Formats: sequence, C-alpha cells, structure tokens
Amino acid sequence: MRARLILEDGTVFEGNAFGAEGESLGEVVFNTGMTGYQEVLTDPSYYGQIVTMTFPLIGNYGVNVDDIESNHPHVRGFVVREWSTHPSNWRNMGSLDQYLKTNNIIGIEGIDTRMLTKKIRVHGTMAGVITTQDLPVEEYVAKLNASGLLPRDQVAQVTTKSTYRSPGKNRRIVAMDFGMKAGVLRSLVARGCDVTVVPAHASAEEILNWKPHGVMLSNGPGDPADLNEIIETVRQLIGQVPIFGICLGHQLISLACGAKTGRLKFGHRGANHPVKDLLNGRCYITSQNHGYVVLPETLEGTGLELTHINQNDGSVEGVRHTEHPVFSVQYHPEARPGPDDSDYLFDRFMEMIEDHWEGK
Amino acid sequence: MPLRTDLKKILVIGSGPIVIGQAAEFDYAGTQACHALREEGIEVVLVNSNPATIMTDIDTADKVYVEPLTPEFVAQIIRQEKPDGLLATLGGQTGLNLAVKLHEMGVLEQEGVELLGTALSSIKQAEDREEFRSLMNVLGEPVPESEIVNTYEEAKAFAEELGFPIIIRPAYTLGGTGGGIAKDWAEYEEIVNLGLQLSPISQVLVERSIAGFKEVEYEVMRDKNDNCIVVCNMENFDPVGIHTGDSIVVAPSQTLSDHEYQMLRTSALTIIRALGIEGGCNVQFALDPDSFQYYLIEVNPRVSRSSALASKATGYPIAKIAAKIAIGYTLDEIINPVTKQTYACFEPALDYVVTKIPRWPFDKFVSAKRVLGTQMKATGEVMAIERSFEASLMKAVRSLEIGLDSLDLPGAEELDQEVLEKRLIMADDERLFLLAEAFKRNYTVEQLHDLTKIDEWFLVKVESIVRLLQSIAEQGLNEENFKRAKKWSITDSTIARYANISEEEVYASRLELGLRPVYKMVDTCAAEFDAATPYYYSAYEQEDEVAESTNKKVVVLGSGPIRIGQGIEFDYCSVHAVWGLKDAGYESIIINNNPETVSTDFSTSDRLYFEPLHIEDVMHVIDREQPEGVIVQFGGQTAINLAAPLAKRGVKILGTQLEDIDRAEDREKFDQLLTDLDIPRPQGKTVFTVEAAVEAANETDYPVVVRPSYVLGGRAMEIVYNEQDLLHYMHHAVKVNTEHPVLVDRYLTGLEIEVDAISDGETVLIPGIMEHVERAGVHSGDSIAVYPTQKLYPHLKETIIEYTTKIARALKIKGLLNIQYVVSKDQVYVIEVNPRSSRTVPFLSKVTGVPMVDVATRIIFGTSLAEQGYQNGLWPEPKEMVAVKVPVFSFAKLRRVDVTLGPEMKSTGEVMGQERTFAKALYKGLLAGGIDIPEYGTIIATVSDKDKEEALPILKGYANLGFRFLATQGTAALLREHGIAVTEVKKLAEGSPNLVDLLRQGKADMVINTLTRGKETTRDGFRIRREAVEHGIPCLTSLDTAEAMLEVLQSIRFSTIPLGAVNY
Repeated sequence: MRARLILEDGTVFEGNAFGAEGESLGEVVFNTGMTGYQEVLTDPSYYGQIVTMTFPLIGNYGVNVDDIESNHPHVRGFVVREWSTHPSNWRNMGSLDQYLKTNNIIGIEGIDTRMLTKKIRVHGTMAGVITTQDLPVEEYVAKLNASGLLPRDQVAQVTTKSTYRSPGKNRRIVAMDFGMKAGVLRSLVARGCDVTVVPAHASAEEILNWKPHGVMLSNGPGDPADLNEIIETVRQLIGQVPIFGICLGHQLISLACGAKTGRLKFGHRGANHPVKDLLNGRCYITSQNHGYVVLPETLEGTGLELTHINQNDGSVEGVRHTEHPVFSVQYHPEARPGPDDSDYLFDRFMEMIEDHWEGK
Repeated sequence: MPLRTDLKKILVIGSGPIVIGQAAEFDYAGTQACHALREEGIEVVLVNSNPATIMTDIDTADKVYVEPLTPEFVAQIIRQEKPDGLLATLGGQTGLNLAVKLHEMGVLEQEGVELLGTALSSIKQAEDREEFRSLMNVLGEPVPESEIVNTYEEAKAFAEELGFPIIIRPAYTLGGTGGGIAKDWAEYEEIVNLGLQLSPISQVLVERSIAGFKEVEYEVMRDKNDNCIVVCNMENFDPVGIHTGDSIVVAPSQTLSDHEYQMLRTSALTIIRALGIEGGCNVQFALDPDSFQYYLIEVNPRVSRSSALASKATGYPIAKIAAKIAIGYTLDEIINPVTKQTYACFEPALDYVVTKIPRWPFDKFVSAKRVLGTQMKATGEVMAIERSFEASLMKAVRSLEIGLDSLDLPGAEELDQEVLEKRLIMADDERLFLLAEAFKRNYTVEQLHDLTKIDEWFLVKVESIVRLLQSIAEQGLNEENFKRAKKWSITDSTIARYANISEEEVYASRLELGLRPVYKMVDTCAAEFDAATPYYYSAYEQEDEVAESTNKKVVVLGSGPIRIGQGIEFDYCSVHAVWGLKDAGYESIIINNNPETVSTDFSTSDRLYFEPLHIEDVMHVIDREQPEGVIVQFGGQTAINLAAPLAKRGVKILGTQLEDIDRAEDREKFDQLLTDLDIPRPQGKTVFTVEAAVEAANETDYPVVVRPSYVLGGRAMEIVYNEQDLLHYMHHAVKVNTEHPVLVDRYLTGLEIEVDAISDGETVLIPGIMEHVERAGVHSGDSIAVYPTQKLYPHLKETIIEYTTKIARALKIKGLLNIQYVVSKDQVYVIEVNPRSSRTVPFLSKVTGVPMVDVATRIIFGTSLAEQGYQNGLWPEPKEMVAVKVPVFSFAKLRRVDVTLGPEMKSTGEVMGQERTFAKALYKGLLAGGIDIPEYGTIIATVSDKDKEEALPILKGYANLGFRFLATQGTAALLREHGIAVTEVKKLAEGSPNLVDLLRQGKADMVINTLTRGKETTRDGFRIRREAVEHGIPCLTSLDTAEAMLEVLQSIRFSTIPLGAVNY
C-alpha cells in the first residue's frame, strides 16, 4: 500500500506503508544509530515524534521482549528506507511490521531517508504527517502549520500512573518518572538500589517521605520549560538529597537553579555523540536523544558549573551544583541503545550518595 | 595533549612487497601516515623495499630508502639518520616484526630512538598467544580452550582430550600462513607439523574450533588519554572458519541487535585499554548465533587490511589519525577531515551498506586447492557501497572482474547435487554463486543455513535476487520488477538475459521510466553534519548530492582489485595520472573499487566515485559528470578493456586512440603492423580449431608457445614441447572456437628485454631498457629485471631503440607504451606491445628519475615531450648504478600450486635492489624479496636431461664455493662424472629417506630444480618444489636465476681452489 510523508514545508515523500494504516502527525526527527530500533521505538522521550532512522536497513534482527525501554512504542510514526521482511536473530519473535501493526504505529518505507535527513538538518525539525489516505497535500500542510499541533503535556502522557517499587538491598532511590527508560531503572537495580518510581507530578514532600538516599530525575519528552510545577518540586529537593538527572531531568535541574533552556535546530539523536568530561579531560561516546538544551551563558550565578560539553558543537552536556550534591547529564549513561561508556556516572551517583550520608 | 615538540625526525617502516595477506592497504596506510607527519612539520624518513608504491615516491617523505626490510639494513639507516622516533605500526606484520627485532638487537636503545604508537610490550601481549590468553583470563574475556604447543606430541595430548575439529594457528606468521582446521588425526598431524616449521619460533596454537559462529570484527582506536572509539564494526557473511581476508564482509554488522553490538564493542574497548594500544587496532570476535556467548578470536595491535576497509567504508582515515596519535595528539584534538567541523573522537554513522568480496588467484592457479579455510588465499579485494545489501552485493560481484555480472556462474547448473552440497559445506571461492544455484534448484533458506551456517538474513537476500530474476524471466519485464532490479543494482545486461531482450532495449525502456542512479556522499555521519568530501557512490534514490562544477573534468579509470598480473603498480599510475591532471588544471575524477589503495583515498582526486569498473556504472558517472574525456592507459587491462565500449557510446578516449590500441592488441592487425614496419616477431599463427593448432605447431616446429588471444598476465599461456602436450593443452586449458582463437607461436629462447616508452606521436622518449635475468619463456612479471642492461650488445640496443620508436610512432601513441623483446641469435624480435602503462613504470620512474606518468599525462593534454624538455631516444643510463626488480611469490599460502617459473605469471609483488654493481644489487633484491641466501651448505640438485649441459658449469661454481650436493641418480652421475662430490639420494618412489624426507629434516639449504615436462603434479619435481617452498628453502627453477645467484655468492664470498686444479 502507498503511503506518504508530508512535511510542513510541503515536501512530499512517496513510499510504501508498513505497520498500521491511517494517518499520524508528529515532529519529524532523525536518529543516526545503526542498531537499537526497538529501544528507540519504546523510548518514551520520542513521544509525539515521527522518527526516521538514517541507517537504511531496519528490522534485520526482528523484535523481542528484552529490548524494550517501556511497555510499548511511543513514536507517532516510523520512517525507514527498508524494513526487513525476514528478520534473523536467535531472540527474534516477529517482524517490525507486525510489531508496529500490533501497537498501532504507522510506518513508511522505501523513501530516500538521507534526503529527508538532510532536509531536517538544513531546515531544522519540522512537523510532518505519515498517511495512507488520499487527502490532498495542501490540506495536510495547512494542518501541520496550524499551531497547537503537538501536545504540551507530553510528560503527563508517558509518566507512570502510580508509584511502584523495585526492592533492593542497597541505597534507597526515588526515581521521578518523566517517561523513564527501563535502562535507567536497570542501571540502578544493577547497583542493588532499592528503587521507588513515582509519577512526574509527585510533590517534594511525597518524595522525601520515602526517605530516599538519592533522587533520580529521569529522561522524558517535550519542552522542559513547560513543566513549571515539576521545576518547583526539583527546586525544593535540591539541598535535601543527592540528585542525579538524565536528559530531561538534567534540563529540569538547570531550570530549577535558574538557568534557561533552548531548542536545538535538529537535535542530537543517535549513539555516536562525543562528550568531553571536563572533570577528567576524557572524551566519551554517548547515546543521545534530545531536542532541547541548556543554554551555557545562562549557567552563571545559578550555582551550577559546566562539567560536560559536546565535543562537536560545544553544547552543554552536563552540570553539577557547586554547593549541593546534585549533578546531571544531557545524554544517556544507561545506553539502550548505544554505548555503555558512561555507565560510570551511575557509580558517581552512588559515591555521591555515600559521601553525603557518611556520618549522618 | 598537543603535538610533541621533541620529535623532529621520524622513521616510518613500510610493509615491503605485496604478498597474500599483506597487500596495497599498507601503501595507503603508509602514505597517509607520511603525509600526516609531514603536515606537522616533522622530517620523515621512509624505508620500504617495494618500488611499486606511492609510499616510496620521492615526494612522499623527506628521504626515501628503497632497501631490504631486514633488521641489518634498517639498523644501518637508523644509525645514519638518527631519527627521534620510529613508526612501525603502519607497516603491517612486517613493520611490527622489524620493530621487535630492532628492539631485541638493542639498536633502538643505542641510538635513542623511541618506538611511537603502541608500545612493544603491548604488541607482544597482543601477539604472543600465551600472554594474550592470560590477559584475557584476567579481564574475564572469553577465549576458546586452547593450548600453545611446541611439539606434535603436546598437540596430540590436547586433541585427545578435546576431540575434533581443532583449529591450528602458527605464531607470528602472515595472514595465518600454515594454519588450518583439522577434522581428523591425519589432517591434524600434517597441519601441526607444517605450522611448527613455518612459525619463526616453532610455536602453534591448537584450539577448539568455533566454526559456524558469526564472525564480527571491530576497528577501534585509542589515544594516550584513554579515549577510545569504534570506527566501524563488520560482520562476515561467511561464519567463523574462513579467514576474514577470504570472507565476504559487510559493514556495519547486519544481524546483531544493539545489545550484541554494544556487548562486543565494550569487550573490544576493554581489551584495547588493557593492552594500552595507542593508535589503531583490530579485534575479531566469534559470536554464538544462538546465545550471547562470544569468544575473542584475535587482536591485531596495528593498522591492518581490515582497517583500510573500515577507512574506505566509513570515510574515517584510520592510518592518518593513528599517525597523529603517535606524535602526541589525542582524538578530541584532531579534526574529522571529512566534515572539517567535527572531531576524530566520534563513531562514524553509516547510512549505506558496504560489501567486500575477496579476489582470489584461482583463475591463474588452476591446480590450487580452492577450498577456503584459516589461511588466507586472496590477493586482493573489492568493495561496494549501496543503500541495500542486495545492491551492494551485486556491485561487488561485478567489481571482481571475473566475467560475471550477476550471481549466475556458468557451468554451475551442470554440477550434480552431491558436488554442489559438498562445495557449499567446504566453502571455496565460488560459494556465493553456488548458493544462487542452490536456490534455483529450490533449496530452502533453512536447508542452506544447515549446510553453510551462513546467517539466514544473508541467505534470504541471495534468494530474493534469484527469485526476482526468475520473475523477470517468467513474467517479462514490467515496471515493478524492473524498478526493483535496478534498485538492487542488477545490470541491464543481466536483466536483458533474463527478459530475453537486447541490452539496448533494456536501456531504452529504462530511460523511458527515468530509472537512473543518483550519487550519494560518504560523510562519516549519516548526513547529520554538512560534509564537503567528494566521495560518492551510486544509488537508485531520489536526491543527488554531487556538487555542481563548471570546471573542465577528466575521468581516470582505476585498475580494480589486486590480482596476479595486475598489481599495485597500476594504482601507482592512476594516482600519478590524477596528480598530473590537477597540474594541468583539470578537475580529476577517479572511478575505482579497490578499498586497499591510495587511489581510493578521498583526498587523492577531486572526486572519487567508488563504483564497479563495469561499463554501465562507468557510463552513469560519465553521464552525470560530462567530462572532457576518459583516460584509460593507466588502469591496466581493466581500463583498456573499457576503451572500446566507452568509445562505442561516444565517450572521448584521451591519449592513444582506440583504433591504435586495437592495432596493438588484435593479433591480425598487429602482425600487419610489424610486417609494414619490417620488424620481426616469432613466427606464429592464430588458430580456431585443435587440428589447426597441431598443423601450425608442426609448421613452426616445437617447442611452441600457446595461449588464448587477448591475454592478461600470461593467463593460460604455456610452452609445449610435443604434440601430446599440445593436445592436452588444447583440450584442457582453453576452449578454442571461432570467437576465442588460440595463438601458436614459435618459442624463441634468448635474452628477454622490456622497454617502457613515452611518446607524443612524434618524439619517443625511452626512459629505460631493462634486461631479464631469466630467458624468454618466463613471464616478464616473474623475471628479475635489471636496469641498465648488462648483457645486451650495444648494436642490439640501438635496434631496440629504433624498433620502439617506429612502433610508438606507427601506433600514434600519446602517452605510455610497453614492449617486450626477445634477442635470439643476434636478432631482435618483438613479443608483445602494450599500449598502456606497465608493471615496470613505477620501478623505472624511480630508478631513472623520469616521472613517467606525469610526463605522459601532460602529453595527453597537449604538451609535447619537446615542450617538456625531453628528446628522442634513450634516457642517459647511469654509469655506476644497477637496479634490479625482483619478483616476490606467495607460494607458501597456496597449496598444490607449482612454483616453477613459466609463461604464466605467478608472482604477487616485487622488490627493488639498487647498488653499484649487478651482484650487489641482486643480493639486496633477493634479500628484500625474502630469499634466505645460503652462503654455504647443501644444495639439492635435480636437473632435467635437456638442461644438464648448461647446468654443469653453474653447479661447479657452487661446488667451488664449498656447497655440497644431494642429487638423485641422473644428476648425481653427471656431477660425479665431472669430479663434483655428491651424495646420491633416493627418488620418492625408491622409499625412505628420499629427497622430500631430507627437505623435511632440514638437510638442505637450497634447491635447484628444472622442470621435467608435463604438468602432472604427482611428479617428483613438483613434490620437491612444494616441499621446499613450504619449508622456506630457496627453490630455483630457472638456471638463469641459479647463475645470477651464483654471481651474487661469488661477489660476497671467495672461492677456494687448490693450485693446478683443472676446469677452473
């Protein structure tokens, strides 16, 4: 079946439908990772987005029950050059096409994804629609250019509805779920942490009632500046308990301390972004997925200092608080997908917790 | 940490001659390294024995030494040059081994030379099996159960415990020489014993075979700050069991999930951190297809063939970055040369699929064992880039130039089922095509997976190609299957064959449908950043990315994969042609598909098209770029063969014109030309039937040289001595018919002369005349070539100059020309004229100082020789210098190949020796070629009856130097008769101990063996020669070589003869 991807500037890509049928609007972004499509699909941070994979062959190893970062896919649509009709891997349980159908995600294949990527690179992230319907292009373009296309309460859509626990023998951690990837939880559990996952809008009091040794601020979708209530919660937590923030969590810490965030032209999404740790001078290859970023010039006077920068564009990749036990990174130390190079940051979090509670 | 300021001068070691397992990739790596160092203002001294490389160009380094890569010679250079540092990790295993030896000799310490890049202790830890295994145990990285053994008894004990199959890997050998997988005791004993002999430290590793696992490689880099990156991972189409150099390889991996990808990535980085690698490193894994279990196979602590492939596959220049790391930089300080805005500390993202297929020499070595295993046999490789695996595979197949444009292998349909299945299980070079054949016979993916263990993902792709073509055959060509076929890069010619219509019709309807490829860029970052690198590949996609340009452009056709008969020399010529174009103010465009070479470095030409050298692909580039014309004379026979189809399509051929090329290549026209010019050639005839061949041979009288017309590198050429042999040849070696005639020529024995000339059509400059040590009958590529000539009489030299000039003018040569002559009984005959650059151009350019390709390129663009300051005739020969070009063979790697020199070319590479006298130059040349020249000891001499008279004085010469002889009855009698002491030994059939036993026991230091007629490989001579090769004992099969070697020995030794001796 024919499918079209139409962008807000009127560009039309004609390809074949796969996955579900119908139409779906979203923000069109690209991811340069060559593996890890199932993790991408199920990463809640992609909520509201139509994701293009730049690697042309997707679905080669099928889908399985292990490589998921949440219970179901969150993307609004999936764009590939070619999906694999005959996946092959010992863990394979079915094709990507079937998986998308089951989860009602619309896909388009057979288009020049490199051309699309270049377009996004040049024009910046755009709104787009994947459709298997025969409506005129103008109609879609008008819709795409109308304001309010994308929901502003994305975090609310993907956070856990209720608190749940993952018991462990070591330190007690409360994780604020803004759309948390399973990998974050996995990394904490791997260190024996006793983790309590709370909804995004849990109050500081509720969180502190769990008597946490540390608080984990997760990744999540959308514009952090919209999340005033949560920012306030984070502000209240700072100084009370050691905090580690990842991605959206990092942006929220920065905003809570008074820094500002802005939007990247086309974001960082992939598994090959170099980040320099200014504390040890080393460069790490990181897994990234963000469209918003902390503006470096706004860090001054916030009590935050820059600890990590992106080696390519110099953007802010990590900060720490000069007085309180708080640090955060823009990228994904939990990997999934992507390299495990930054796993050490979870150890750093554990050390920070030990230092903080020592003698208390 | 920025550039170290204490390094003012660095010695770079090259990798020496091209042999199987160590090819052009090190020219690319070494050249890049030299440039990377020089752009930092460091003085670079280079040593490499291979004259055919860009690396040994006088401009590549501040000082270039073309000297033998032996510890003694390199030590001398170190003492002379006193460099601050030594860079050895870019010269392959040769460079690494030399560095280890220089260190052990204490030279580095004495002269205060620092070894740059990865430390010696790390190299040892990676290469020494025992040290490596114990490190892996410490790290908890799994390695298959194995044992290091120094005797067969130890190996036996291991096998008794573990059972078969067992893999055997000798320590410190190139390309896994001598290794193999044993499935039973007989194989085990043979391979273990051979491995023990081939290993310089008599050590082999025996280990549990993990054949059938997925084989995955990671190309990684690390700097001294412990920054680590993966440049690329690659997955082998062929599972573990076949050497990665002999495997079809794809990049990036296709069947690994992110979890598996990252698991192996983490392991690779853990290992290079533990080893302390500073630079590039290759880590090979075996991954269980049914679990997360993996094993380490091997770590190469240096730049390798795989890293050259990874560099071309990603655009990330590993060798260049490795060189920068060696002089103090860290990855985060080095700019990514592709994007020019990001840094080298990142991991390339690909948005295409790369397929590499090895190029094997079995077309030349018909008798060789084609089965692939742990010992590499390929001489070269091709790479293809496309947006799908199918397309990338199809491109790679036609890049091989093995006469195939698809997966259809002629004759495959005739194989019976048993043979087909056997060959699918025991993979050989044709397995890919046999898979296609099996699908045609309706084998299922599951069945073929069971037989081959190849991942089903790949098998499905092969099946899809077969089914698509079948659908075209069944339904005819329709828009849907046509579009799909082009998307998968199936050629018009293949489509035409299946659709049963003409290629022209396919082409016409393709244009109607607007089915044309666009060109995409290789940019290291999947379009995330803007890149300006003009490195393109074609794809049937929407958007074209070629930068528009209004400059005058010219296309240079490269020479494709390295194979016997067409080696790195032609890449050297292509690169110089590109440079010449730039000087002439043209924008240079190169089309080539060999990932090992300098020509496919994106910084060489203004635009690089990584494409098959197939007419359809070449035409697409030409249609897109609209160049002024195409240069075909530098890309060997590959490029020359494209001249006619290009001209037919209206493309302008620059330089020598097509009709003139044809006059040199077409036998009839060529004969006519020589007759017109009154230049003699050996009497001969073109025949179309077996009967006519017999008649022609009787007319000219035996021996005769027989060969198919249009030959490349003396392919299928033979000298036959009688009718019986002739009939055998006509029935077995060639398929004679009206379209494929066979040439029967008189075999003239005599001095062979080779000339390279440059002509503008009027003036003919002869940079040099070379003389071959071996007489005519030995392929020119396999002969030792000497410049200037030593034996050629001056009046004959005049004749050769005259003939060369006449031929060049008559053929209206614009550019380069190569002629081979034979001098017989004071008469000069022309054997062959090649209207193109030749194998000897780099050698001659270097020894004469005439930049031949550059001069030729300028001629092509209208600057005459006179305008360039050159005149007619022979370039002045040096008075006190002799240079020899010595061929290098890879026989040890190819079982069952006869090492005898003959009209079929067999060498894979060459070295150069330069000195004041012939003997000294030859000594250097032989040494550089890896021949272990014995100064005394025992010679096994078996000389055929026809050669006895000629052999006698030579053998006597050796006797006078104190050599002892072992010989079988006939030769022994001859020697005794002439007063030469000899020990008579048994022939093979006479029981033990015979000649072969003695060789195995190390009782001989050299073999002189001349060919008994006939080709059966069971003969004694063959067994003796093979045995010698496999034990690294010099084996001379031409009396000319034996005589030259004697001259060398006489010059470095004194003979001791009592007073009054007769026959001095």
